[in-house]
Amino acid sequence: MEFDTIAAISTPLGEGAIAIVRISGANALPIANKIFRSPNQKDLLNQASHTIHYGHLVDPKTNEVVEEVMLSLMKGPKTFTREDVIEINCHGGLVSVNRVLQLILINGARLAEPGEFTKRAFLNGRIDLSQAEAVMDLIRAKTDKAMNVALGQMDGRLSRLIKTLRQALLETLAQVEVNIDYPEYDDVEEMTLPLMIDKCTWVRDEIDKLLITSSQGKILREGLSTAIIGRPNVGKSSLLNSLIQENKAIVTDIAGTTRDIIEEYVNVRGVPLKLVDTAGIRETEDIVERIGVEKSRQVLKEADLLLLVLNNAEQLTEEDLRLFEAIEGMDCIIIINKTDLPTAIDMDEVNRLAGDKRIVTTSLLQEEGVDELEEAIASLFFEGSIEASDLTYVSNARHISLLHLAKATVTDAIEAAHNEVPVDMIQIDVTRTWEILGEIVGDTVEESLIDQLFAQFCLGK
Amino acid sequence: MPNFEAGKFDVIVVGAGHAGVEAALAAAKMGAKTLVLTINLDMIAFMPCNPSIGGPAKGIVVREIDALGGAMGKVIDKTHIQMRMLNTGKGPAVRALRAQADKVLYQNEMKRLLEEQENLTIHQAVVEELLVEDEKVVGLITQVGAVYRAETVVITTGTFLRGEIIIGDLKYSSGPNNQQPSIKLADSIRNLGFDLVRFKTGTPPRVNSKTVDYSKTEIQPGDDVPRAFSFETTEFIMDQLPCWLTYTSEKTHQIINDNLHLSPMYSGMIKGTGPRYCPSIEDKVVRFSDKPRHQIFLEPEGRNTREVYVQGLSTSLPEHVQRQLIASVPGLEKAEMMRAGYAIEYDAMVPTQLWPTLETKKIKNLYTAGQINGTSGYEEAAGQGLMAGINAALRVLKKEEKVLSRSDAYIGVLIDDLVTKGTNEPYRLLTSRAEYRLLLRHDNADLRLLEMGYTIGLVSQERYDKFVAKKKRVEDELVRLRTLFIKPNETTQELIRSVEGSELKDGIRAADLLKRTEMHYDLVAELAPSEVELSLEEKEQVEIQVKYEGYIEKSLQQVEKLKKMEDKKIPDQLDYDAISGIATEAKQKLKQVRPLSIAQASRISGVNPADISILLIYIEQGKIAKITG
Ligand SMILES: Cc1cc2nc3c(=O)[nH]c(=O)nc-3n(C[C@H](O)[C@H](O)[C@H](O)COP(=O)(O)OP(=O)(O)OC[C@H]3O[C@@H](n4cnc5c(N)ncnc54)[C@H](O)[C@@H]3O)c2cc1C
Ligand SMILES: Nc1nc2c(ncn2[C@@H]2O[C@H](COP(=O)(O)OP(=O)(O)OP(=O)(O)O)[C@@H](O)[C@H]2O)c(=O)[nH]1
Ligand SMILES: [Mg+2]
Repeated sequence: MEFDTIAAISTPLGEGAIAIVRISGANALPIANKIFRSPNQKDLLNQASHTIHYGHLVDPKTNEVVEEVMLSLMKGPKTFTREDVIEINCHGGLVSVNRVLQLILINGARLAEPGEFTKRAFLNGRIDLSQAEAVMDLIRAKTDKAMNVALGQMDGRLSRLIKTLRQALLETLAQVEVNIDYPEYDDVEEMTLPLMIDKCTWVRDEIDKLLITSSQGKILREGLSTAIIGRPNVGKSSLLNSLIQENKAIVTDIAGTTRDIIEEYVNVRGVPLKLVDTAGIRETEDIVERIGVEKSRQVLKEADLLLLVLNNAEQLTEEDLRLFEAIEGMDCIIIINKTDLPTAIDMDEVNRLAGDKRIVTTSLLQEEGVDELEEAIASLFFEGSIEASDLTYVSNARHISLLHLAKATVTDAIEAAHNEVPVDMIQIDVTRTWEILGEIVGDTVEESLIDQLFAQFCLGK
Repeated sequence: MPNFEAGKFDVIVVGAGHAGVEAALAAAKMGAKTLVLTINLDMIAFMPCNPSIGGPAKGIVVREIDALGGAMGKVIDKTHIQMRMLNTGKGPAVRALRAQADKVLYQNEMKRLLEEQENLTIHQAVVEELLVEDEKVVGLITQVGAVYRAETVVITTGTFLRGEIIIGDLKYSSGPNNQQPSIKLADSIRNLGFDLVRFKTGTPPRVNSKTVDYSKTEIQPGDDVPRAFSFETTEFIMDQLPCWLTYTSEKTHQIINDNLHLSPMYSGMIKGTGPRYCPSIEDKVVRFSDKPRHQIFLEPEGRNTREVYVQGLSTSLPEHVQRQLIASVPGLEKAEMMRAGYAIEYDAMVPTQLWPTLETKKIKNLYTAGQINGTSGYEEAAGQGLMAGINAALRVLKKEEKVLSRSDAYIGVLIDDLVTKGTNEPYRLLTSRAEYRLLLRHDNADLRLLEMGYTIGLVSQERYDKFVAKKKRVEDELVRLRTLFIKPNETTQELIRSVEGSELKDGIRAADLLKRTEMHYDLVAELAPSEVELSLEEKEQVEIQVKYEGYIEKSLQQVEKLKKMEDKKIPDQLDYDAISGIATEAKQKLKQVRPLSIAQASRISGVNPADISILLIYIEQGKIAKITG
């Protein structure tokens, strides 16, 4: 059987820090060859099967280096899918893995559906009959999960913006269609090339803005900078660990960890966080004492979000009070940890100090309350109350690759319009753009064009 | 009344509307002994609504019918009063021909064709009951007790099934234009277990031309170049009648608003679902209240009549209001209304009960085609009728059935939409329904379909030979232009300058030069003359294929993917309940539609990619199981 070439991040859940992007299909090698540069200019097409190569991924359009990688090359049929397979091991975090995937998608692969590698393995005869049932279950399960994840990762603003773009395109399409199907109607404005160019250019610019937030935006490049603060021993590192633990599949350590503060990248319910644990500093000197309230304000100011940890089993101290002062006016979640121990903390006082800041109680030891904390972080973010997130947020690799595709097709449309190609042909690219954007928000019902046509225009005998 | 045996046929076609005539002609031509029964022989191929054939998408269907050996194109070529090519300012994919018909001439010409056709018997009769044995149709009984036996039956009864005409608060049982309705046949179909829905459509009033003041309207002439639908037409009608354009006035809108309570649309009397693309004037005024006026086209119904069709004024308001409406339109102040507009409700089949051959799933050898399948429009009916007739005959001849794919023809799109998605309003073809519309052009209908028409015996050897020669000339010319180099000499540059193009820096292939916006085939041929002189049609073909190569290529790649999915067949008796992974909603839809291929399955709404993957694996699993033991 013959298939197109697919790619996906395939680091199995619950495994380590290195992420693998897998490509499978007849074009796996040529695609990889387009974007891979080894120090000695190897041509991947001439390499033996089951070999590993070191080098860089480079965007062939800009020659920009995207990532340092190890690449495994395996030719079919001795592969999982029986097709040619490329596996790219990258040690970057969520962001870099996404960029690698996008680069591959832009250069000709299609994003794999959930369970599609396994499906191919089966259809290509790699998996035997007895396993077919399991394959079907897997696809079902993965699809359901992927759907939930996709929905969860969909920021309200992004989906609103995409819907606005789609509506604009739909109206353009409807107008072109009405010109075609009802040419005798003189009261319908003709969709001219300049009008088409205007509309499409606007859409392209908006997509561009979104892509900028995804590739250069502060949030995505670094994750939302999140500092965990608190007195010694309240459970800051435990908190860090449990957030990492919970989100291990997407956790990676950044190259050059030998820094004075520990940074970890996690993705909490779709929100990328750069967690900063201040523990390292404390080991030599108490942070609050060492740099003083003024200085710590400075440090804290750089954070987009603070997680202030208090100890349930101890009374509030002078240091706690100074920390409360320091977080004044910032986005902060208060965590009362160690709830498994008898309460000594004065909750009334905490409530008063917290004001309208959200308070979450946890027992990190017993792994309680972390869900609630994650939920609090996500809702702070998605409700738009975190300041630094004034950019519409695009992080999902699928979304980004689709946005790139949409941009490419709408650019084709604009170029064609400049070349005076007839509107109804340009329509093909505009329709495609509309469909691709629809895939982002999970909506590609074609009837909607016809609905739009009759809603927007007055037609008929 | 005692029944009597009245004859035995291979194919019986019930109805001689636009679907019925194509079905009957095709079946008979293919060699099947065919009978066509219809309520009134004077109403063969009657147009109950606008006197017009073709237009965007629909006009291409007429070309497709012609390429497959059908009749509609030839008949309208002989009987039109005006023809125009639409969308000439747009791309080639959406160009379309439209003709204003002389309605009576069209009917007469079609009747004559049927009468002359060998193997075809025509008889006036009202069919009341289908005879079915072992879930297989075996014949039918008419009102007078005549029993006709047949191997296959094609039903094309249009809007006649339990038809009801509505004007204001008047409602009575009737077929279109006060013809006899079909009530018993509707019952017979329902009793066989078919699901029927209630649809609605309508038509505007007609006025007498001699009472129209044309000075207040704008003239709409036909094209002054010869046009034809059929690839075989050689005689062109150049003596054309114009249409006229006028508009509704403020007063028209006022009258409607004042009388809305009398409209059966708003009083709740009409329950059938009407098409959104054919709103009545009351609909238009209510829904688009900010529009100051709507266009009204005055279309002559023929050369030998003064009756004029008032396009744009479709209504089911009471007749006294209709009279006021007409008088409120500039040019129609004194116009005499000859017939009132009306709405009609009727029963239609839920088309997902059909296979893509238009055979019903429930009753073998029974086919339905035309408006009975939930469509609207003469061309939509004719296209289905042709395919149903072809398949009914192929069944008799024990040959493999023919199904047009979405990438073959608009007719393919139409039938696939019907049987795969169904429809919740009368279905009309629109160019936007065709995802490969760049391939489904007016100009290439023969290249797409003539081969098939020839194979099944509807296209003559002579016509086929001509076609093969044309095809070869086009192909040769394409090869020539793609290889030939044009030098940037003074002649070339001068010619380019004359059309305001930018001069050549280097030599260029003729095809690449033709790709330039300002270039045309004749210009390029001047620089690179062809040895054989191509016909206009052939030149157009070459030009389109060169100029839009990139887009055509893109579409072809998509079709390639579609074909792969179409090749993955789904076994007919597949037990969807046994497949655990498929979502419940998808399962229900799949059980209802029973798609024949993975491609068709993936077009069913509510069936998502995961369901398709699982289905695919399940089917593969079955195959492997068979191979391994
Ligand atoms: C009022 C009205 C307005 C319309 N408006 C539009 C429009 O604006 N645009 C548009 O595209 N289309 C319109 N249509 C639809 C268009 O006319 C039809 O789609 C087309 O004619 C359908 O063709 P058909 O062959 O399916 O049915 P028809 O042309 O209706 O033919 C049905 C045939 O079946 C025969 N018949 C019925 N019952 C029996 C029986 N029991 N026994 C024997 N013979 C039988 C009839 O005699 C007739 O010959 C309108 C139709 C009507 C009635
Ligand atoms: N009983 C209990 N102990 C906890 C809980 N969370 C953390 N601890 C314990 O508290 C101690 C300190 O935890 P850390 O996570 O190292 O605290 P920290 O704030 O990072 O401490 P420093 O880095 O030293 O400032 C460890 O022994 C943890 O096991 C909890 O919820 N309940
Ligand atoms: Mg610590």
